[in-house]
Amino acid sequence: MSFINYSSREINCKIVYYGPGLCGKTTNLQFIYNKTNPDLKGKMISLATETERTLFFDFLPLALGQIRGFKTRFHLYTVPGQVFYDASRKLILKGVDGVVFVADSQVERMEANLESMDNLRINLKEQGYELDKMPFVIQYNKRDLPNAAPLEELRRQLNTTGVPDFEACATDGGGVFETLKAVAKGVLSDLKRLSR
Amino acid sequence: MMDSQLVMYEEDFKRVLAVIQRLVRDANAKGVFVVDKNGQLIAEAGEVRGIDTTSLASLTAGSIAATGGLAKLIGEEDFPTHFHQGVKDNLHITIVAKRMILVVIFDDRSSLGLVRLRVKKASGELGKIFEELQKKSEADQAGAPGSPFSEITDDDIDNLFSD
Ligand SMILES: Nc1nc2c(ncn2[C@@H]2O[C@H](COP(=O)(O)OP(=O)(O)O)[C@@H](O)[C@H]2O)c(=O)[nH]1
Ligand SMILES: [Mg+2]
Repeated sequence: MSFINYSSREINCKIVYYGPGLCGKTTNLQFIYNKTNPDLKGKMISLATETERTLFFDFLPLALGQIRGFKTRFHLYTVPGQVFYDASRKLILKGVDGVVFVADSQVERMEANLESMDNLRINLKEQGYELDKMPFVIQYNKRDLPNAAPLEELRRQLNTTGVPDFEACATDGGGVFETLKAVAKGVLSDLKRLSR
Repeated sequence: MMDSQLVMYEEDFKRVLAVIQRLVRDANAKGVFVVDKNGQLIAEAGEVRGIDTTSLASLTAGSIAATGGLAKLIGEEDFPTHFHQGVKDNLHITIVAKRMILVVIFDDRSSLGLVRLRVKKASGELGKIFEELQKKSEADQAGAPGSPFSEITDDDIDNLFSD
């Protein structure tokens, strides 16, 4: 649910990074945080366990600039990936405007990717959203690893509806901003569609 | 879609601001915030300098979401009021009009009793404003004449990322 404030001339949108545990969601946000001009970002919050696994969410507020005289702000959230945190994931999806699915390219994580994708669909549906009707992009992360599955295989299994997709290596940042741009673009285009 | 887009115009914003500015005075509070349940800051009043308000909004929403989940687990609909006591500053948090959260920060210049009393009045007023706003937003979504976003071009969007 985007929030348009005519008084302060601001528009706020919420983007959620979804995907199985350890696929690199937090790393995506950390890279964005590290590369963003301090004037344009707020504090990054990570509610994590002592071993740096995401416990509830990571949060990064980002100002992208102006559009038609309105400041556009994106609030990026990640979900905890482990299966038993499902209740928390549902809470974080509330009011989402756009979704990034981060897949772990490693062959042995394919099953976990598929399970997480199903879980995303189900959890969105519970909130009254349809994944196929919302701004949605897929990122194939960890392309640098030797055990990464071929791109075509990942596409065939995960991108069944042909949404924008990107290869990435979140640790060195490759593909991270391309992914963010694509989902932000989707959200803003949606705004345009909704306001017609 | 279950919860629709929220649009706030100048005059609505001023009404909200007037209510929370009065709440700051009446409750002797340090600061008052209105946050929506999705974590966006709607309005603020009082001594808010030095507070990272964006983080405050997101964490308040996260905390309300988590306790709301707990409530449902034990068969309650929600826990509408929360109080967090600190050494110097305290937080009083209430849910207003189902989708908004009213946060009051106060210290020993005030008291929980006073805050509670004043919050009750203010949340009634805010509830009314937000219900009207919701209706207006829904009506606007059908038509939305003159929305600045109906005119967005692909170039506008690309320009956001140009630097
Ligand atoms: N080799 C490699 N490792 C990555 C990549 N992205 C993330 N990682 C590592 O994977 C681990 C889990 O990442 P994290 O972002 O915490 O995963 P999350 O559970 O999805 O938030 C960390 O050790 C990261 O350094 C990548 O593109 N390549
Ligand atoms: Mg994480």
